[in-house]
Amino acid sequence: MTKALISVTGIDSTGIIARVATKLSEMNINILDITQTILDGYFTMMMVVDLDGAHLRFEEIDRELQPVRDELKMTIHMQRMDIFDTMHRI
Amino acid sequence: MIETGEILQTMRMIQEENFDIRTITLGINLLDCADQDPNRCAERVYDKICFTARNLVHTGEAIEKEFGIPIVNKRISVTPVSMIAQGDPVPIAKALDRAANEVGVNFLGGYSAMMQKGSTNADERLLSSIPQVLSETKLLCSSVNVASTRAGINMNAVREMGEIIKKTALLTAESDGLGCAKLVVFSNAVEDNPFMAGAFCGAGEPECAINVGVSGPGVVKVALESVKGQPFDIVAETIKRTAFKITRVGQLVAKEASRRMNIPFGIVDLSLAPTPARGDSVAHILMEMGLEYAGAPGTTAALALLNDAVKKGGIMASNHVGGLSGAFIPVSEDIGMIESASAGAITIEKLEAMTCVCSVGLDMIAIPGDTSAETISGMIADEAAIGMINNKTTAIRVIPAVGKKAGDVVEFGGLLGYAPVMPVNTFDNRLFIARGGRIPAPVHSMRN
Repeated sequence: MTKALISVTGIDSTGIIARVATKLSEMNINILDITQTILDGYFTMMMVVDLDGAHLRFEEIDRELQPVRDELKMTIHMQRMDIFDTMHRI
Repeated sequence: MIETGEILQTMRMIQEENFDIRTITLGINLLDCADQDPNRCAERVYDKICFTARNLVHTGEAIEKEFGIPIVNKRISVTPVSMIAQGDPVPIAKALDRAANEVGVNFLGGYSAMMQKGSTNADERLLSSIPQVLSETKLLCSSVNVASTRAGINMNAVREMGEIIKKTALLTAESDGLGCAKLVVFSNAVEDNPFMAGAFCGAGEPECAINVGVSGPGVVKVALESVKGQPFDIVAETIKRTAFKITRVGQLVAKEASRRMNIPFGIVDLSLAPTPARGDSVAHILMEMGLEYAGAPGTTAALALLNDAVKKGGIMASNHVGGLSGAFIPVSEDIGMIESASAGAITIEKLEAMTCVCSVGLDMIAIPGDTSAETISGMIADEAAIGMINNKTTAIRVIPAVGKKAGDVVEFGGLLGYAPVMPVNTFDNRLFIARGGRIPAPVHSMRN
């Protein structure tokens, strides 16, 4: 399974999770895990997703997220989960 | 499942502490390009590199984007040119430079000769062409191995290299002697080093291989900030844990690049390589251990601990560790070293002592332009002796700053940084250097 971490940070507003999740669903990307918190009005969310079902390549998915970034005015990073797994697990 | 805190730690290392993969270096064997006709050889070299490395930069960039880890340099190392140049090596040098430019790498290493025991005719031709080649090419790096634990020190080559460094500085005087920043003199050179300027693809290497150099002095420095005042046992343990994490990412990137390019994985080089950027300094790690500047008494011990702990932490994180693997202490490429040299805290003699306990040697040190070739040769001989006796790689990369004297500043730009010109010991050694010949291999080279 090709897993990626999507981190979403920025000023909190209504509908952030819904917007991001809808976009991912359109691309057939399954969400495996979500953690989300508000720190001093700052929205911080991390999603672990499965890219295997997606019909797009990594950089295309990243490009598709651009309108969501612009619309929500949030920072959205996507990176392969392997980097965290290899760094923190033997 | 990975915890949020661990994810944030990785992100912080990359975004705030300058953790990056310093280089993916593709080693390419050029032995099959040898030809009596230098132009035909140059043509083959050009074609082979352009074909083999066609996806290198693109692959590096794709990995960078997907994994979210910067890969600062994409480079190539090739078979020492003296092994393939049966005539004039200059056309091959030009072809290497053009090929490097064509595939988009930022350096190509291997304009090199292995002369620890003596020179071939090709070695001599290559040596005498180095000043011209380094002044007429942009991306090509050169290295010459003049000593090894097995063979001793070739003092003829040491003498010649003093003169070649002087000539190179003169021919590239307009750029503050930049040519010398692309020229390394080695003792015990390694065949799979991914770092420039000393990278080349040794004769024992496969057809091609992916070698990766990690970095991250900033990460180690920040980790040590959390153990202020604690005993050295804790310091060593903290460095080990950090080095493990850094190296794991190096291994991941190396494997991924190898898979995507269908080129075998060679090694991960565990070096802590600084840059002139703030927060990316090896000297600042030493200072974090409690020293006012790098060079203060205790510096050699601090560096020994650092170098050893990095290896111990990194060695389990990768299935093949190689290259230089240790802490680098270049002067112009490390903001903490620049500060220490400017404050007068560190001298060339102290740097020489430090090279006994780390990789690699007297590196990126600007010296007065009027330093004699013999003095430079003497510095090379001293470093070569340290390498030979201690079974380790040592090197010299000094830059005589033409028209400048101790205390002036030279500017190389980019990753090469800037440096104050450091004073050298100018007492006469001409009779010593004039002797030539070979210093025999030490007794502990007889291991069989």
